[in-house]
Amino acid sequence: MSLQTQDYLARSGTNALTPPPRARDAQLKVAKLIDVSICIGCKACQVACAEWNDLREEVGFNVGKYENPLNLSSETWTVMRFNEIEENGKLQWLIRKDGCMHCSDPGCLKACPSPGAIVKHANGIVDFISENCIGCGYCVTGCPFDVPRISSHDKRAYKCTLCVDRVSVGQEPACVKTCPTSAIRFGTKEDMKHVAEERIAELQSRGFANAGLYDPEGVGGTHVMYVLHHADRPELYNGLPKDPKINPLIGFWKGIFKPLAAVGFAVTFAAAALHYLAVGPIDPEEHDEEEKS
Amino acid sequence: MTNHWVDIKNANLIVVMGGNAAEAHPVGFRWAIDAKINNKAKILVVDPRFTRSAAVADEHVRLRPGTDITFLNGVLNYLISNDKYQQEYVREYTNASFLVRDDFDFNDGLFSGWDESKKQYDKSSWNYQFDEDGYARRDPTLMHPRCVWNLLKKHVSRYTPEMVEQICGTPQADFLKACEMFAETAAPDKTMTSLYALGWTEHTVGAQNIRTMAIIQLILGNIGMPGGGINALRGHSNVQGLTDIGVMATALPGYLGLPNERHVDLQTYLNMSTPKMTGRGQVNYWGNYPKFFISLLKSFYGDKATPENEFGYHWLPKFQQMVDAMRFIEMTENGEINGFLVQGYNVVACMPNKHKSIRALSKLKFLVVIDPVASETANFWQNHDEFNDVKPEEIQTEVFNLPSSLFAEEDGSITNSGRWVQWHWEGAPPPGEGKTDSAIIAEIMMKIRELYEKEGGRLPEQILNMAWDYSKKKHPSSEEIIKEVNGKALADLYDGNGTLILKKGQQVSSFAQLRADGSTACGCWIYAGCWTEAGNQMARRDTADPSGLGNMPGWAWAWPVNRRILYNRASMDRNGKPWDPKRQLLHWDGAKWTGYDVPDFTAAPPGSEVNPFIMQQEGVGRLFALDKMAEGPFSEHYEPMESPIGTNPLHPNVVTSPTVRLFQRDAAELGNTEKFPYVGTTYRLTEHFHTLTKASELNAMTQPEAFAEISETLAAKLAIKSGDMIKVTSARGFVKVKAVVTKRVKQLMVNGQPTEVVGLPIHWGFKGATRKGFLTNVLTPSIGDSNTQTPEFKAFLVNVERVS
Repeated sequence: MSLQTQDYLARSGTNALTPPPRARDAQLKVAKLIDVSICIGCKACQVACAEWNDLREEVGFNVGKYENPLNLSSETWTVMRFNEIEENGKLQWLIRKDGCMHCSDPGCLKACPSPGAIVKHANGIVDFISENCIGCGYCVTGCPFDVPRISSHDKRAYKCTLCVDRVSVGQEPACVKTCPTSAIRFGTKEDMKHVAEERIAELQSRGFANAGLYDPEGVGGTHVMYVLHHADRPELYNGLPKDPKINPLIGFWKGIFKPLAAVGFAVTFAAAALHYLAVGPIDPEEHDEEEKS
Repeated sequence: MTNHWVDIKNANLIVVMGGNAAEAHPVGFRWAIDAKINNKAKILVVDPRFTRSAAVADEHVRLRPGTDITFLNGVLNYLISNDKYQQEYVREYTNASFLVRDDFDFNDGLFSGWDESKKQYDKSSWNYQFDEDGYARRDPTLMHPRCVWNLLKKHVSRYTPEMVEQICGTPQADFLKACEMFAETAAPDKTMTSLYALGWTEHTVGAQNIRTMAIIQLILGNIGMPGGGINALRGHSNVQGLTDIGVMATALPGYLGLPNERHVDLQTYLNMSTPKMTGRGQVNYWGNYPKFFISLLKSFYGDKATPENEFGYHWLPKFQQMVDAMRFIEMTENGEINGFLVQGYNVVACMPNKHKSIRALSKLKFLVVIDPVASETANFWQNHDEFNDVKPEEIQTEVFNLPSSLFAEEDGSITNSGRWVQWHWEGAPPPGEGKTDSAIIAEIMMKIRELYEKEGGRLPEQILNMAWDYSKKKHPSSEEIIKEVNGKALADLYDGNGTLILKKGQQVSSFAQLRADGSTACGCWIYAGCWTEAGNQMARRDTADPSGLGNMPGWAWAWPVNRRILYNRASMDRNGKPWDPKRQLLHWDGAKWTGYDVPDFTAAPPGSEVNPFIMQQEGVGRLFALDKMAEGPFSEHYEPMESPIGTNPLHPNVVTSPTVRLFQRDAAELGNTEKFPYVGTTYRLTEHFHTLTKASELNAMTQPEAFAEISETLAAKLAIKSGDMIKVTSARGFVKVKAVVTKRVKQLMVNGQPTEVVGLPIHWGFKGATRKGFLTNVLTPSIGDSNTQTPEFKAFLVNVERVS
């Protein structure tokens, strides 16, 4: 059971006419900043995530690479991705912490048909309220980063919560707290952008002319951002999409069709109301009598 | 570490060589990242593999495993021939100007004094020339042909970039790029820190690897400087404490030596152990040896140690030969040992040549294993198919497995790499029947004492006279033990002016208070000051950093005497002017040296002739090591015992180290390139800690199964794909592991031949929460460093084949 937060800016499967509780939205937007250039790939963030969230992936196998667990799952909300890039005789081992990006315009939430299964908090955190999840998997297709996973045990969708339980009591996410090199930082989005600027300037002074911040516009910006040495080519980092966008079908379904549906709903309701006014309430006794007979 | 973890942030260049700091020390590595971000430092990684450290480095340079001395002597050659060294520091603070005996020589791979029949060196020529007063002769102009500087110059002149490329397989352009980075820190206001670990120590020439870097750091003027130093990153959280307290075959606490058979009485031992001053007016602090040693005997034997019985000196064992772990296993295999008490040590997994360890343990009558988890050692007799192919019915060893606590289940001190002794508190009691190590050892000790009292036996005095003044005899508290280690006054102590400095029973606050007359007791002289009359200094938690250099003198306590940077007097010139004003640690206040660190010096004023390396007889840093090293006073490249090139391009007549520790039986188990054409090397991964964390589910999740790393060229040659199962074989045995084909391991051109490196992490075994696997040390040879007897885990020969 979730504690009520009364700070939802958006709630899945919910009509604009019946907005979610959002009285408490006087919050700064938060962000996690992952500086790929100083990440040593130690996986302490993976372990901290598993420990804080009580997640235990099955002990797997080595399939010829450093990644383990091999992929995100309902029990693995973050994994380190390792990529060896050799260009002009210079080898680079690009290591990226993968997980939910907490989009400002979350494709998962837009795609989700189940009321209240996905919410966006006033601070920007996109969270899955699993008890409302119907396991349809629309969030999986709705996500431009391939993050949500359906549990094979309970058929519900799971992903990084940005440690919403910690953040809501003033603590940083578990991965941030454990990161030994401070490659993962947490704060207001504004502050994190400022930190990123300094890091980017430093990287540029070291010859990474294309160093930059990954905060893609196509999803309205994200609340998990990366500092990349090669921001011009995010694909180098295990296929981080260069210009992520929400699937246009979802855009259509939820963007254009949804208001139409709302109108349809309103018309239906109005018709029912007119019927009530014109014909009056159903007489329960009539039914009772019918049942008796 | 001469310096400490936080101090890494002050470096301009961080050289990670002989270690993989980001991988094995990820938490401390934050200071390397801090230097990079806030001090514009560069990181240079010199490693056979492109490691996690290399992933965040500015440059990565490859070399063949086991050729570090060639590389570093090549750097020395570059620095000297290009005048890239700190001249005043070299002249004043090193033994560059000291004259060496005329009969010292180096010829065709051997230093003077080699006795081929005995296979050992007579080291008498490895010494200075002395004047009539017994002081070493010097030539401050560095012109004399016999001065250390000119001998060093000549010695390293053979290590040209071409020779480096030929032996190490490092392309000359890469090598020269690294040299230029080193050279930048010859400027007085630039420092380089050297971060190393087992990648240097676990070689047949391990100690000389480190010494070569020490010579570089001395000529660059980087010793004693914030952001400089020679920094050993210790692998276990308290292995520095273990080293300090002397848990080595021939050591006593505080780097005092265990007496040997030549030390027939206390006076002979003290005379032979106490160095004589060889530089006029120098400090020669080891001259205080008798004070430290007799205080130790008083700590061991209490009231039973008296001047009449030479303070119990004769109760100490006198060794005839070094019984280090390798010899112990050898003797066990020979059937010369009946019982083995193993504490916190997974022998079967951690000693080289696992089959040898199994053969040895199988000959024991009893084995006691004190460990918090189920280890391979306690279960060496179990059959686990290929992983541990033994016949339990043929092993008669009786095994006792005593569960101990983990670090978080007890109070105590942990000494980190930077010599900080930090107190910690029990988080939870050990589960089940688990007890702290001290409780287990104390209980065994009390039982043994009881048996001696009842039944007598040989040399009962050692046991019966041992001081055991703990409130609970079978469970000494950590507080009681560390207070004993710190030491106390056994009588009222007065200084030279007759002023009372300590009352009887009070804790000493420094080793300067120790006496050689039996009026003080101290369990480890360098720890004197950790628990004083002011209380537990190790529990201090003040993060104030008045210098901004990260010394934080109020955080815990560092040995010696809370000094954070060793040799810190050398951070200034003879007149007390700091080499770099931004890194000023100390200044002269008119009467004494003072500042942000505890001076590593006396009260000699600026301009005095007293040299800054006060632990040395002559007061200077040694480019020429005198007789302190087994292989020679300068370092020389010797091939690994299993060499992929089978020759030594520098001197083909002396290919490998002449003084290497190698038992006959083990020599028969060495391989050559005909059967084993590839260079194997072992290492650790960040996801695990040795073989302990395979017992932990969370660690097992992150690196579940054994693997080996091979290059794309080797994979192509052997038709191996990433994820295939491969068999890696050495002359000692085989392991089967998954293949990780990677660009991070590359073929090297060594001595004109393509040479492949096979990387073998060590973390899996037949016990634990990971996938069952082979112990990697099936493959490694039983060979030891000549000085430390540390096994060779880093360079040996293997073959690789694909298995279905």
